[in-house]
Order: sequence, then structure tokens, then C-alpha cells
Amino acid sequence: MLNFAIETGFILIGLAMLLNLWRLFKGPDVTDRILALDTLNINAIALLVLYGIREDSSAYFEAALLIAAMGFVATVALCKYLLRGDIIE
Amino acid sequence: MNPTLESLVACMILLGALFALLGSIGLARLPDFFTRLHGPTKATTLGVGAMVLASAVYFTATRDGISLHEIAVMVFLFITAPVSAHLLAKAALHRGKEDADQ
Amino acid sequence: MMRRLLPRPALSLTLFLLWAVLGNAASAGTLLLGLLLALLLPHVVSPFWPDALRIRHPGLVLRFGARIAWDMLLANLAVARRVVGPVKALHPAFVEVQLDLRDPFAATVLGSIVSLTPGTVSIDVDRERWVLQVHALDAPDPEALVRQIKQHYEQPIREIFAC
Repeated sequence: MLNFAIETGFILIGLAMLLNLWRLFKGPDVTDRILALDTLNINAIALLVLYGIREDSSAYFEAALLIAAMGFVATVALCKYLLRGDIIE
Repeated sequence: MNPTLESLVACMILLGALFALLGSIGLARLPDFFTRLHGPTKATTLGVGAMVLASAVYFTATRDGISLHEIAVMVFLFITAPVSAHLLAKAALHRGKEDADQ
Repeated sequence: MMRRLLPRPALSLTLFLLWAVLGNAASAGTLLLGLLLALLLPHVVSPFWPDALRIRHPGLVLRFGARIAWDMLLANLAVARRVVGPVKALHPAFVEVQLDLRDPFAATVLGSIVSLTPGTVSIDVDRERWVLQVHALDAPDPEALVRQIKQHYEQPIREIFAC
């Protein structure tokens, strides 16, 4: 039962990430692309946590935390660049 | 692992994955940027939230001691998600204004 | 004395708990280091944040948290239905909420909660007029949304921080 749930979870999150990629390529504006990247990041975190359960290892948790931190900083930096034309003033 | 906990973990995994997918469907098919902005907040709150709780329950049940460090990921995402949404909205408004000026 | 040692009790407690959770093992060393960080870090950050609010009613925080969790669940289900339903039937709208609170931190907390509840995203806080600008995915009745935000979220926040 747990195996079934994990496999289905992989498929659902995989589909979600494909939809994010589609939005990333389609745009139409830069802000849409940044939003798509941000969502891709969040889905990647969910995928990593799920993979950690499948492999029965808590090592993937650190990777998930790192992706969360890096994704946030990337989104903020990109938005800042759009707002000010500069990241570190 | 006992069957009740196993089905609880399975349900939470399915719930989390389903809401992550729903958030992304919103991102893909809603008509304009500001409506699309609602997708990721959904994926974060219930999607990752349920997934992370499933992981916490699973590792608490299979190892000795309780496993709570997954909660840190959830806390971090709950604090950062509104900030990125706010900045994205500001950037979009700013770009809209620039286009109107030209 | 207590004030000088612990300028931000809530921040110290949060830091300690977060450190313990991150370490994931309640060994004496981890807890001791967490205690040290919880005592030192508030002193490091307080010059950047001189007039922080204090939590006046800690009991209310738990009740408020439970209510937010419940609201998030309901809002998630409501938004899920709209996302897969017909897009044309949506009424997206910018809504302005006139705030009664007058503190930047409390306004940030309110904005974050509004953003975390699916279906609404806070766009901006105007600190001259104290207006919270909110974008709603589906708001056929903007007045009702404003009332809900003020009653469900702003009122408890004002009670908790007494502002």
C-alpha cells in the first residue's frame, strides 16, 4: 500500500513538474517564468522528501532544505533585479 | 510498521502529491499572472505540508526516537512563500507600469 | 534582570525549538548549543529591530494557529475546485483592506497569513494609508472578503500583540 502511494506520488509530482516546465517555456512574461521556477523548486522539495521515504534514508532531508533555501534566494534575487535593475545596491 | 500508521502515511503522500499537482495545474491553465500566483501558495501549504508530515510520521514510526527535522522544511517554506509571492507581485506591477509608460 | 538577559523571549524560544528540531536528536550537547544560541542571537539582532512587539496573550497564539490551519484546509479545497472548474466563471479581483493595526511587524504577519491562505495573495501594504492590497482568485463579493480578513485574522493579531 505504501509502495503504491509512493509510486503514484512520483507520477503526480512528475506531471506537476512537467506543467511547470511548460509554463517556464511559454511565459509569456519574465515574471511568469520566475513563478514557474519557484513552483518547480517547491515541487522538487516534495519529490526529494518522497524519495527519502522510498529509500528509507533521512539523508535527502538536507538536500531538500538546501533547495528550499537556494530557491528562495534565487526568486528574491530575480525579482529584485526586475524591480531595481540591480541586485546588490 | 503498523498498518494504521502505514495507511496514514500513504494517505498523506497521496494528498500532498495531489495538491502539488493541482497547484501546478492552476499555474498552467489560469488566464493571467495574478491568478497564476495562487498556484504555488497552494502547492506549498497543503502539498509540501502533507508530504513533510508523512515523512515525519514515517521516520518516527520506523526509527527509534521521534523525527521532527522535516518540520523545519515546512516552517522555512511557510515563512518564505509569502515573501516570494509579494516580491513577484511587486515585480509584475512594476513591469506593468513600465509598459504603460512607454 | 530578566529583561536584560532575554530581550526577546518569543524569539529565543523559537530559536531554541528550531535548533532542537533541526538537530533531530535530543542529546545534551545539541540542547546546550541551542540554549547558547537562543540566549546570544537576540542580542545580536535587537539593534536592527529596536521596537519589536511583544506577545501579550500567548494563550491566544495556539487558538489562532489552529484556526489558521483549519482555514487553510478549507481554502485549499475551495481553490482546488476552482482550479479544475471552468476558468471563465472566476471573478479575480484586487481588494483593498483598510487596516486598524498600526505596526509594520503585525502588518507583515497579517500579510503572510493572507498569502498562505490559498485563494488570496497580499500584494502590498501601504504604510501611509495603512491599506493592505489583496488579490483574490475568486471574489464575487469583495465586501465579504474584506470582512472575513478583518474578523478572522486582523482582530486576533491585534489582540495577541495588543496593538
